[in-house]
Amino acid sequence: MKLLDSRYGGLLLLAAGLLLLPWLAGNAYLLDVANRIAINAIIAVGLNLLIGYAGQISLGHAGFLGLGAYASAILCGSYDWPAWLALLSAAAGVALLAFLVARPILRLKGHYLAMATLGLGMIVSLVLSNESALTGGPDGMAVPGLVLFGWEPQGERAWYWIFATLLLLAIWLAQNLIDSPLGRALRAVHGSEVAARVAGVDTTACKVQVFVISAVFAAIAGSLSAHYTGFVTPGQASFLHSVELVTMVVIGGMASTYGAVLGAALMTLLPQLLSGLEDYEMLVFGLILMVSMIVLPQGLLPGLRGWLQTRRAA
Amino acid sequence: MKRISLTLSVLLGLGLTAATQAAEPIRIGSVLSVSGPAAFLGDPELKTLQLYVERLNAAGGLLGRPLELVHYDDAGEAAKANTFVKRLIASDKVDVILGGTTTGATMAAVPLVEKAQLPFISFAGAVVIVDPVKPWVFKTPHTDRMACEKVFADMHKRGLLRVALLSETSGFGKSGHDQCVDVAPAQGVSIVVDETYGAKDTDMSAQLTKVRGSDAQAVLVFGLGQSPAIVTKNYRQLGIELPLYQSHGVASKEFLALAGAAAEGVRLPSPALLVADKLADSDPQKAVVTGYTAAYTQKFGGEVSTFGGYAYDGLMLWADAVKRAGSVEADKVRAALEATRGYVGASGVVNMSPSDHMGLDASAFRMLEVRDGGWTLVD
Repeated sequence: MKLLDSRYGGLLLLAAGLLLLPWLAGNAYLLDVANRIAINAIIAVGLNLLIGYAGQISLGHAGFLGLGAYASAILCGSYDWPAWLALLSAAAGVALLAFLVARPILRLKGHYLAMATLGLGMIVSLVLSNESALTGGPDGMAVPGLVLFGWEPQGERAWYWIFATLLLLAIWLAQNLIDSPLGRALRAVHGSEVAARVAGVDTTACKVQVFVISAVFAAIAGSLSAHYTGFVTPGQASFLHSVELVTMVVIGGMASTYGAVLGAALMTLLPQLLSGLEDYEMLVFGLILMVSMIVLPQGLLPGLRGWLQTRRAA
Repeated sequence: MKRISLTLSVLLGLGLTAATQAAEPIRIGSVLSVSGPAAFLGDPELKTLQLYVERLNAAGGLLGRPLELVHYDDAGEAAKANTFVKRLIASDKVDVILGGTTTGATMAAVPLVEKAQLPFISFAGAVVIVDPVKPWVFKTPHTDRMACEKVFADMHKRGLLRVALLSETSGFGKSGHDQCVDVAPAQGVSIVVDETYGAKDTDMSAQLTKVRGSDAQAVLVFGLGQSPAIVTKNYRQLGIELPLYQSHGVASKEFLALAGAAAEGVRLPSPALLVADKLADSDPQKAVVTGYTAAYTQKFGGEVSTFGGYAYDGLMLWADAVKRAGSVEADKVRAALEATRGYVGASGVVNMSPSDHMGLDASAFRMLEVRDGGWTLVD
């Protein structure tokens, strides 16, 4: 467990696990589930910076994801842009949008902030369903495969290496950020914004930076997942999806990067494992989430770690 | 972390082994939107599949083998449908995939079934699913385009050649509008007024006043839910005498209840399923639609919907193809499906061909007129 506390120990462990996984998960479906977990984990790691460390809430992150996905779909599909350029443009465009809206939005606190981000997500979702000439409307649109300089990932295994590498990269970035002056400033903001400002932290700039970073994480994951699935629908940007992303962070454990990964894994795996229950699926799913929040209110990973430590001490 | 990743891989492994079973039954895979925003479509579809798989099994299954339905709920999300289709192909090793309630879910599945070379029958509406034709992809519902053709053909027959089109700005209305504008010239009618209204508008008098001031001879409204009923009421309040047509989107009892007396004389295209009891005994679809209605309402109560009819056709078209192919081998079933001729289903008479993987024509729609608060078949 000490490994997890150092900056790179956990990363090495996870890398080893990710390397071994393709040999354990033999068929395309299991690799697909692993890929979906990685996509969600990348977004959750980014969102965790905002929610867990900066203490700000966003109920509109699926909007950024949707923008990334549709940027790739439209630029590559309708305008024949190369995939890497579409991806970078999506990331840059979302960064700019996030930056522009962050200043006014992040002045708000608590419920008002939640409401403003929710509105942002809703607007994106509405535009995507209504601009049917561009986006294909509620039916969605097809996305061409990801071609990177003549190479195209074929099959789940090739995609797995892309997503696994990106996940490790995302975690590495997040861990470094947390240990940087910005990360410390963010935690100060989380603790008390007034105190942080008194101590000379430019709280607004901090919050804006982390909001932009987490939006870019979502946009890149959205863009790649659009290529991976081969089809996008406005459902990707829906409010419910935003809530799902926040749930991943909260259930895994706020202010814990690996907690966010665990939360993403759980939220992606559970529907697959419970699908045999048919009508009771949602009931059991909800029950598991409720019980885990009641028993481990600080989230799965911090909760489990605390439990292990007390047991070892006893 | 080690412990966690171990638990994770065990969990993943469990999911895998639980799903693998002996190859004895024929396995039908389905991915439908039973929850989420499209649940009103997916729910009757799943019920129909369960009901008829049960009935086929009671009658001895297919080729002497029992049927087994493997079902997943995509909650209306294309990405989830994509994962579940992979699961059906790679883990459950199904012999056919039915479903895709929405166009998005269907299109997310298309590349996968094409690659796996597995027969796939969708219950979603859009033309893109079968146009261009994809070798392994079929669909059962009729399209908006056919509704437009049906309405325009009826107008043409009555000598109504100048049409006012009033469409809703929803997905359904938008798609219907585009298709109607596209097919009008071929049907010999011209659209002289083209107006839209919002799905939540409470008064459409302004648009109708424009219609009244034009030289249109008939009016077609393309919308869903309450608003077409409001249009109908406004229409009577303004005293417009022109014949009024609605789309198949209002082919339900709610429309009659909402529009009341104003609905008298309104014409609309509808699948035969909704007027099962009104069909002539000589009608080829009579036996199928009354049989389906009786079986469904007896088991689940309530009203039948056209969406359940799509699922019925999907399952029965496949069962028919399996019987003719004498096998569940994918390429034989695919060839048999494509060779389907004269299959009588809930949505119409299906004639597939290598260039047509839906196989319905405008005769799948019946023209109804509202008389004395009920539906009357006019052709």
